[in-house]
Amino acid sequence: MTASTALTATGLGKRYRGNWALKDCSLAVPAGRVAALVGPNGAGKTTLLHLATGLLTPTSGSVSVFGEPAGRNATLARVAFLAQDKPLYDGFTVADMLRFGRHLNPRWDDDSARTRLAALGIPLDRKVGALSGGQQAQVALTVALAKRPELLLLDEPLANLDPLARHEVMRDLMVAVAEREMTVVLSSHVVPDLKDTCDWLIVLNGGRVQLSGDIEELIAGHRLLTGPVSLADGVAGRLDTVDDRRTDRQATLLVRAGPGEVFDPRWTVRGVELEELVVAYLRSPDSTALPRLTLAGVLGGN
Amino acid sequence: MIEFRLDRGSGVATYLQLVHQVKQALRLGVLRPGDRLPTAKEVVDQLAINPNTVLKAYRELEREGLVAAKPGLGTFVQRALGGTSVTEHARLRDSLGAWVTDARAAGLDAEDVEALFAAVVLDKFRVGEETA
Repeated sequence: MTASTALTATGLGKRYRGNWALKDCSLAVPAGRVAALVGPNGAGKTTLLHLATGLLTPTSGSVSVFGEPAGRNATLARVAFLAQDKPLYDGFTVADMLRFGRHLNPRWDDDSARTRLAALGIPLDRKVGALSGGQQAQVALTVALAKRPELLLLDEPLANLDPLARHEVMRDLMVAVAEREMTVVLSSHVVPDLKDTCDWLIVLNGGRVQLSGDIEELIAGHRLLTGPVSLADGVAGRLDTVDDRRTDRQATLLVRAGPGEVFDPRWTVRGVELEELVVAYLRSPDSTALPRLTLAGVLGGN
Repeated sequence: MIEFRLDRGSGVATYLQLVHQVKQALRLGVLRPGDRLPTAKEVVDQLAINPNTVLKAYRELEREGLVAAKPGLGTFVQRALGGTSVTEHARLRDSLGAWVTDARAAGLDAEDVEALFAAVVLDKFRVGEETA
């Protein structure tokens, strides 16, 4: 069963001196997914990605990639990681970056990298430091893709990019996913950019996992209710309530409920958008909606 | 070949927008039996969406018997929709056009016309619920 899971964390924790950057984190990202890793600054997103690449070692628990412990040589060949600062050598030309990548990576695909850069109009003889921010992001993504990873981890790939560059990076990433078997985990805090591109959502908050699941199932499994405050306690007592806001007359509740759930007709009931869902969970750090089956699966797969 | 568009603010799931656009093209005769749909990669390259979304839309169309996937070749239109000929379409369009002109002369604006049209459609199709 681990064969179909690209990234698995079990009770994973990382402590820096006295502080837990990540605590008791259990999740499983199925292979072939494009997973969004969302959360406020300091939520533990970068720590989780660094643990998954093996750049950090866990303080507690474990993390594995395609069933093998993260950071082993055999695992490293299958994983590419693009750090937040898009680490390129400013003094290198684009061609030098490709040569560098070719020397370090046995599965390096030079042809596709050159084709990609030509299509983007990025000259190979240009110094990396002389490229625009968007072009640097594209060169970094090209290098990561040329490694032919089965799991691609991207830390804030869209940060500091203008809207056009963001669109182009996401488009090229989606084309790469369409062309080959690849799982992607990308962190971001720009949720609207992720709406049509990601199909799995992980919400991290204060070092803990609040949500991990298929985006469509998560959207289908939540309802937003607006109605008289006198009815609120009844609903809150019956269903898991993620977000509960009340005035003296009106209540607005975000609850976990499927499309078949029947409510008092005095409620106005509607579905939720991805961004509403994320914001509601982040505002209520104690709420979690982790499917128990997935968790049991993770533990059973050990 | 058709080109998909996305209405990102509509609240309609992306895969359903693709399904609706294929059906619309089938109704209008823009797509005909034997035509190939764009590959997932072509759609992704144009719209920057998750390829699984395109595949999900195509599976839905396949489930409804409108298209069929031929491994290695692509996804092809199996049958047309609507059951009316192009001339029939032209005739209906003309009579609807005359009605809209009439409504406009009576002082209705575009929103009034759309609301009235939607209400009549709902009314006439309520029996049977078959609106596919």
